[in-house]
Amino acid sequence: MGLMLKPLLLLLVLSPLAAHADFLKLATTTSTYNSGLLDAIVPDFERQTGTHVLIIAVGTGKALRMGRDGDADLLLVHAPEAEKEFMDNGYGNNRRAVMYNDFVIVGPASDPAAIAGQTDVAHALQKIARAQAVFVSRGDDSGTHKKERHLWLAATLTPAGSWYREAGQGMGKVLQIADELQGYALTDRGTWLAYKNKVTLKLVVEGDQRLFNPYSVMQINPERFADLNHTAALSFSDWLRSSETQQKIKHFRINGEPLFIPSAN
Amino acid sequence: MESLATTTYQALALLLSGDRELWAIIGVSFRTTMIAILIAVPLAFPIGFILGTTKFRGRWALISLFNTLLSVPTVVIGLLLYLLLSRSGPLGDLRLLFTDQAMIIGQVLLAFPVLVAMSLAAFKAAERNIWETARTLGASPVRALLTLMHEIRYGLAAAGAAAYGRIVAEIGCSMMVGGNILYHTRNIPTAIALETSKGNFSQGIALGFVLLILATSLNAAVITLQRRSEHHR
Repeated sequence: MGLMLKPLLLLLVLSPLAAHADFLKLATTTSTYNSGLLDAIVPDFERQTGTHVLIIAVGTGKALRMGRDGDADLLLVHAPEAEKEFMDNGYGNNRRAVMYNDFVIVGPASDPAAIAGQTDVAHALQKIARAQAVFVSRGDDSGTHKKERHLWLAATLTPAGSWYREAGQGMGKVLQIADELQGYALTDRGTWLAYKNKVTLKLVVEGDQRLFNPYSVMQINPERFADLNHTAALSFSDWLRSSETQQKIKHFRINGEPLFIPSAN
Repeated sequence: MESLATTTYQALALLLSGDRELWAIIGVSFRTTMIAILIAVPLAFPIGFILGTTKFRGRWALISLFNTLLSVPTVVIGLLLYLLLSRSGPLGDLRLLFTDQAMIIGQVLLAFPVLVAMSLAAFKAAERNIWETARTLGASPVRALLTLMHEIRYGLAAAGAAAYGRIVAEIGCSMMVGGNILYHTRNIPTAIALETSKGNFSQGIALGFVLLILATSLNAAVITLQRRSEHHR
């Protein structure tokens, strides 16, 4: 097989798509892509620069791993602690704030843990655990999952038991699972707004400072991977933080509600 | 969630309205799988011929290797290929991860054992004297092989259809090494997974229709071809 694969690979590399046009591989989280934000703003960048943006929507954990392995040119992620670690390890370059939104806890209308209207998220999680009410976790090492684990720490609890379900899937899927199981879930507000008409869940907890969800853009350390598309990565990063794009982010709405608050300045 | 009937109706409307995104996804599926089959067939059939008609040391080891490869899950092929093609992997310099070429390589690997195993059976069943007669009449080995392949064309076509069915419907490998990038590596199966996770069931169903029609006709083709190859003998 190995011998036969080599000419085959060469043949594929020589095919036209690989060589010519300018491509930027952006690894980002499902929350920026599935909410429709990137579809709304990225075409402008492509028109202005002629660079095609290839969006790979994965969890933050996978996106960071892709950055570390040199499999993406640019990262747009939301996991401050993991991002700092990424930078400290010398994998990244030029980490900059882009925007933020917040996390909320949603749950069934019947609210078995009686947490609706709570503003102390740690207390709310304790009540869910005490009531053994179904809680659906992302369980995929994404930014949202990392946030959730921090919140359980803040609640001084290790969630375990048949009420705690780790889905291992994206945010939208988890909201659907929570809806089917009539359970609670932690979600970013963007995905929640995009889904709330498709599920019977209700927003139960919001507003706690600890639910803050900042997004950063990070380039890849050119000393580690010299031949990534660093030029396009920098211009995309600059463009994301330009006042024009920041205005577009501010005015992006789903069902009349804003999703993200720009934070470049 | 809307009723199944409404969603299905919307799905048909999407398909018939020539929705650009939807048809681009269908295009990616067809383009990559056709190229993969075109690459795999000329490599796999000669191997099937050699394994089916000659005797040499290690022949059975090779045959059981291909039979084992038949049941390797697509995600495992995807994972291996991901590690190979990642920039930090041994073939990282080719920069193929998250391209349609990577998907094609995966599909070639998935189609290969099916093509070998099924063509081997067809070659084995063929009358050995066709080959020998052709050779005696002065045909070159390549010419004789083509004559033989023509004799068992239905069996070989069945092998091609079965292999195509495997790669056009698989999701594990495509998702991992393709990355589900719209207009580049988003094919029918990965799009169905994504749209379902976004709650857009109608687009999922529309694509499901295409795949279902394709799978049904491929299956029918395989059965018809196999029956014909039996009658032919």
